[in-house]
Amino acid sequence: MFASLLVWALIWEIVGRSGASLVIPPLSSVFARIVEIAPTPTFINALWITGRSFLLGNAIAILLGVPLGVMMGRSVVADRLLLPWVNMFLSAPLSALVPVIMVLFGLGDTTIILTVVLFAIWIIVLDARAGVRGISPSLVEMAKSFGANQWQAFSNIYVWAALPEILSGIRLGMIRAVKGVVIGQLLVSIVGFGSLFELYSSRFLMEHFWALLFMLFVFAFLLNEILAWLERKVEYYASSRQ
Amino acid sequence: MVEMFGISKTYEGGVEALNEINLDFPEGQLTTLLGPSGCGKTTLLKIVAGLISPTSGEVLVEGRPVTGPGPERAFVFQDFALMPWASVMRNVGFGLELRGVGRAKREAIAEKYIAGVGLKGFESAYPHELSGGMRQRVGLARALAVDAKVLLMDEPFSAVDEQTRRKFQEDLLELIGRERKTFIFVTHSIEEAVYVSDRVVLLSRRPSRVSAVIEPDIPRQGDPEKIRRNSTYLDTVESIWQGLKQYVE
Repeated sequence: MFASLLVWALIWEIVGRSGASLVIPPLSSVFARIVEIAPTPTFINALWITGRSFLLGNAIAILLGVPLGVMMGRSVVADRLLLPWVNMFLSAPLSALVPVIMVLFGLGDTTIILTVVLFAIWIIVLDARAGVRGISPSLVEMAKSFGANQWQAFSNIYVWAALPEILSGIRLGMIRAVKGVVIGQLLVSIVGFGSLFELYSSRFLMEHFWALLFMLFVFAFLLNEILAWLERKVEYYASSRQ
Repeated sequence: MVEMFGISKTYEGGVEALNEINLDFPEGQLTTLLGPSGCGKTTLLKIVAGLISPTSGEVLVEGRPVTGPGPERAFVFQDFALMPWASVMRNVGFGLELRGVGRAKREAIAEKYIAGVGLKGFESAYPHELSGGMRQRVGLARALAVDAKVLLMDEPFSAVDEQTRRKFQEDLLELIGRERKTFIFVTHSIEEAVYVSDRVVLLSRRPSRVSAVIEPDIPRQGDPEKIRRNSTYLDTVESIWQGLKQYVE
């Protein structure tokens, strides 16, 4: 895999150096730009703003999505009421909704955070729901027979028994949230990375543009790997659940 | 002391599981519900547990009607129903944890019952590290730890191997002798029923009624192996089999 990456990097470098396209600068100079841009206050500020919206949006999506998914997994009525909407939002082109949020909440952080929530929450809901539906009925009966109330059953049984699915929902949600935060910022285009992208593309600074994109790709990739590692750590739950 | 009056259960869709069951379960004894598979024994046990509500009729525990699960009843599950993410200690103390018993106190109690079922040294082990038999010991310790007056056991030994099963049955007899509790036991094994029970309730095929109540008159003292060769034991097993045979096929 590493070898194939090298080959593609080489092709990129050659195409870049040949000057065939203005949009593709040589890869080596893109990397040089990364080193140059990363320590600048503008970049660090953009990273901070973006990171904050990203984390806040995800936190909201998890805190709302997991209980909602658990509720749908437990209650037939809630499931029938909400599932069509969740499925619709899961596959809907959410970017088209961002301008609506923009109109309602203005051109600030709130819009970006809500966009992140909008992108991340649905898969979290669906996976939590699937996890809860897979819980062995006797574990639920056990909690009931030992006197668990609704909250105790939720916090002691459902969340833990469905943890493998919930975690994979959170991982997929975060990947979507990366899209959400970037799309939100691009559309708003005056905050965080959005303003940088806007700046670079309007001045046709392709090296800067690619450098920024690269860092985002690496960030999303690392995030996925970390969460996948976490998921593997709790995998034995799933196998011991029957 | 548990009493049942006119318990009937019809499931949604019209499947009639139980029909007018009247029974009582005296304290200090083990009563087994035995019957052909699918006869509703587990349903009846879960009605006592308050996990399923009957279509009609009433269950009284110590004179009070059952409306849901309660602290005076504890359940032992066929598939153990342990939390795979929690240690033996936490699993055993879970009933107490739900009642809000403080950590130090519930761990002291749990420790005592863990030792009582022969799992001393496994307090911090996780269920997936234990054998089937050991897991059911954890399930039993959890039910004992809440010190309920009524112990409900749903085919507790059916998922463990034969040798472990025999050991369990002997331990159960010892437990009945030691603790003054009302034991209600469900099994599909005639031998097991006769071996451990003071009373065996035979249920007929769906919709179940009580077809007979048998009190095996077997001396429980002394060598547990003797019971398995006791002629009353063997005769009781045989007569129950003759009674149940009509439902097979």
